[in-house]
Amino acid sequence: MEISYYPGCSLKTSAINFERTALSTLEELGIYALELPRWNCCGVMFSQSADNLMLQLAPARVIMEARETGRKRLLTLCSMCYNTLKRSLLFFKRNGEKLKKINAFLKLEERDFSAEGVEVIHLLTLLSELDTSNFKMKIKKIKSNLKVASYYGCLLTRPREIALDGVENPQIMEKLLEIAGFQTVNYPFKTDCCASFQVVNRRNVVKKQIRKIVTSAVRNGAEIFALSCPLCEYNLDSVQQELAQEDETFTPIPVLYISQLLSLALGQDPKLNDFSLHRIDPRPLFKEKGLL
Amino acid sequence: MAINLSREIVHSLEREKIKEIGNTNFYLCYQCGNCSAGCPCAEEMDILPHRAVRLAQLGQFSRLIESKAIWVCAACITCSVRCPRGVDIAGFMEACRQIVLRTRKVDHLSPVELDAQLLKELPQIALINNFRKFTG
Amino acid sequence: MKYSHANRLGIFICHCGVNISSTVDIETVKKALTGYPGVSLITDHTYTCSNPGQDMIRNKIREEELDSVVIAACSPSLHENTFRKTLEEAGINPYKLEIANIREQCSWVHSDRKVATEKAISIIKAAVSKALLNEPLTPISVPVTRKALVVGGGIAGIQASLNIANSGYKVILVEKEPSIGGKMAQLSETFPTLDCSQCILTHRMVEVERHPNINLMVSSEVTRISGFVGNFEVTIRKKKTYVNAEKCNGCGICIEKCPRKTDSEFDRALSKRKVIYRPFPQAVPNIPVIDGEHCLYLLKGRCGVCRDVCGPGAIEFEQEERFVKEKVGAIVIATGYETFPIENIPEYGGGTIPDVIDGLAFERILSASGPTGGEIRRPSDGKVPKEVAFIQCVCSRDPEKYFSYCSKVCCMYTSKHAMLYKHRVKDGQPYVFYIDIRAGGKGYEEFYQRASEEDEVLYIRGKVSRLYREDGKIVVEGTDTLLQENVAVRVDMVVLATAIRPSQDVSRIAQLLKASVDENGFFTEAHPKLRPVESMTAGVFLAGCAQAPRDIPDTVSGASAAALMVCNLFASEELKHEPTIAGVDEDVCSGCGICIGVCPYEARELDREKRVATVNEVLCEGCGACTAACPSGAAVQRNFTDKQISSMIKAILA
Repeated sequence: MEISYYPGCSLKTSAINFERTALSTLEELGIYALELPRWNCCGVMFSQSADNLMLQLAPARVIMEARETGRKRLLTLCSMCYNTLKRSLLFFKRNGEKLKKINAFLKLEERDFSAEGVEVIHLLTLLSELDTSNFKMKIKKIKSNLKVASYYGCLLTRPREIALDGVENPQIMEKLLEIAGFQTVNYPFKTDCCASFQVVNRRNVVKKQIRKIVTSAVRNGAEIFALSCPLCEYNLDSVQQELAQEDETFTPIPVLYISQLLSLALGQDPKLNDFSLHRIDPRPLFKEKGLL
Repeated sequence: MAINLSREIVHSLEREKIKEIGNTNFYLCYQCGNCSAGCPCAEEMDILPHRAVRLAQLGQFSRLIESKAIWVCAACITCSVRCPRGVDIAGFMEACRQIVLRTRKVDHLSPVELDAQLLKELPQIALINNFRKFTG
Repeated sequence: MKYSHANRLGIFICHCGVNISSTVDIETVKKALTGYPGVSLITDHTYTCSNPGQDMIRNKIREEELDSVVIAACSPSLHENTFRKTLEEAGINPYKLEIANIREQCSWVHSDRKVATEKAISIIKAAVSKALLNEPLTPISVPVTRKALVVGGGIAGIQASLNIANSGYKVILVEKEPSIGGKMAQLSETFPTLDCSQCILTHRMVEVERHPNINLMVSSEVTRISGFVGNFEVTIRKKKTYVNAEKCNGCGICIEKCPRKTDSEFDRALSKRKVIYRPFPQAVPNIPVIDGEHCLYLLKGRCGVCRDVCGPGAIEFEQEERFVKEKVGAIVIATGYETFPIENIPEYGGGTIPDVIDGLAFERILSASGPTGGEIRRPSDGKVPKEVAFIQCVCSRDPEKYFSYCSKVCCMYTSKHAMLYKHRVKDGQPYVFYIDIRAGGKGYEEFYQRASEEDEVLYIRGKVSRLYREDGKIVVEGTDTLLQENVAVRVDMVVLATAIRPSQDVSRIAQLLKASVDENGFFTEAHPKLRPVESMTAGVFLAGCAQAPRDIPDTVSGASAAALMVCNLFASEELKHEPTIAGVDEDVCSGCGICIGVCPYEARELDREKRVATVNEVLCEGCGACTAACPSGAAVQRNFTDKQISSMIKAILA
């Protein structure tokens, strides 16, 4: 099966190991993700200013690019890209007037923009659609007792209209991790916000959130986090390190993209994972658990 | 000091602007406080989200847009998904920020003031997101 | 078919105060219709429905020797009957009346005076052309079966049954559970007087059982309803209980000896009951039933202990369900309510936290006959909870995710819960999270005040965003909108005042009755103010929470009102049935039978001898389905003939 793939900025830089492991995992399961021939930044965050159409231009161009491939679905890995593109697509589906305006603006480019004929799908949804038994058969490192806390953050489940699972208690990551042989832990803050972009100039808000999230996950037995947002990854990874430096009682745990864990379970080359990109090194833990 | 209410104050231009930009009718709010109770950034806010909405309902826009709260909001949308009345409080907050950025032409954040080391290590999505929220 | 050719028609235009005249220019209307074919008189009045208005109509009919009348006023659903009587009193046939609705369909929905006036003229012209072709008709007399069916044996059904039965009429009371009593039987003490719910209820339950006029059918369901007001025919399914109620003497030895247990529904799964059981000790009738889903004998053919120990030989594993047919003249719907399941509320634990329970479960904990004997112990480990959070408006007043309406009883029962909790756990602390307190009722506000003044109930104004378990406690994240600060409380137990919604039976029963329900599934009353206990279907009355969330006093008064309406109906031996029904032109009818299939009232039959379709005048409701479906034009609707309809269209388009 072939599917169009939109990487987004982080997947080529700080989250390169996310891209590598996700694509190799998919390939192992018979899915070939074909990167869009031309793409731009999605705009990072869906614009909540309903009156400013300029801010919809970036996602509109990405959607247009995806439509031109002729393939029905557009795969995203990054939660932010998923949220922005999916909401933007929905915005144009619901607002015929705005769609017309954008088209008038794009006239010079001689391209036709439409919200029909293309769907935005996140890696997690794509994986959960697959035949479970086939997936299970390919798992090499069966029954790892590694206890994983899924961290969804905001963008996969909010707002409700784009949620890829239940808004309050999503299970999609847990199900995938369990298929791959990991143990999952339950904790109340898996959809709590990490304070996101506030890390730029209000790091204290982020710190407070991360401390709450991590403490609860660890108390419930978590040894590692799995997520799919490069910003959450940075926040959890770097702020935990900072918290550990300030407070000896704070125990940081590694933060990985979910595809990194799946790739390991599938027995793929650990080099794909490029563990050096993480501040909190997961390798000692993996060795202890027999995953490396 | 008492708030002096009048038709002119209640029927203000800002009221319409917030409705338009935020694409939400904040008069639906019945002040249950659910948005505040679930807000991860509430501790840092000078006024809680439900109070921000109340100020808007009473036409007290200067107090609203002078508040720190609208900048502390991380746009995580928890408030909007839990609001029993379907008010998009996250959209409301964005509208308040936009009104300040558009009318005062002063950015809330300047990239030159940021720590160089931090700029280097921050993922680009954090920066772009921040600039989209805090600059005009 | 013969049509009377009226040529003395009068038009009366009503101003309805200013309801019509402020949007419709009455003088212009009068001018436009003067000289309209067939019209001999046109006049107006400020209130045609008032006594002077009606006097004017009667006088004009006599003076001008009118033989048909058009009244341009409000909807016919309001005053058609009033004016029909006016015509009759003036000596002309009441069916020579036509109402032109220029209020609901014109003045109320338009603001442009010119457009509204033009539309009013068109509406009146159409009514005139129809009125000219109206036939004089005589109402059809129908006998009344003076026996009532009451569906649901909670306090509403009990009250209605007793009131009807005490008035001397027969009642069939159908209850789906093995005992009557409903939700009220589960309650501990009732607000605002704190009298014991069962103590005030059980003697009424016994009265129902012993009443010579009441035929009580428990473990039964209504499966079919046909007919119409005064003459319903209902089919009742008697479910398998595997116990012969005639033989059983209620000794209870079967229950004692039964080896298997399952969750007690009555105790909201907080205790276990036997597989052969009575829902509760005071059950009426006092006959046990076997739960077929859990019985070892029925599932695997093993055990059969109950049969072996039963002295009178009342256990009948071979029992089949039975269907009973009954004729009744009126029906009272008292199907009650359910609380919205906690499992569907993920932000409050989604049913995964055992110490987060709903109000009804807490009633059982408070009840002296409940799973803890009235001691307050939490479900998970039986410990006494020292701190309890009560959360109001759970899924109520939440149009975005759940239900838009207020469930009405929660403010008061939460006050009661918090108060009774404090009475029994002296060193405990109750917290009530609320949005508004609605204490409109006799003694209600005082009761609520007492909770905070005397019983140290701490009221916190703000909705709880979510709750979760942490270190054996439940963390409740709320806010205090008065203090403008967020609040977090770590408690041992949480009681959710979940929304009241109609019993899941309602949609099934509404379909059987062809009665209408609102967007939330509650039965719709014929008029919210003036006909509050009548449904939209004639002869079907409403009581209790089937209609809207309500407390016991409101339920009881509503049920009595419904019973009075039933007795009203039974006071006369026969009913008048509208004559504006379908008829058959036998010369044209080919006997194809299409009308039989489309008739929702089973009023159509085929006369095999003549090979034509017939109409049962008593069953026909005049809905018009057959006249629209008839391919040959043989089916006609009296005073709604095709000719009348086309002349109306012509009048509008002219």
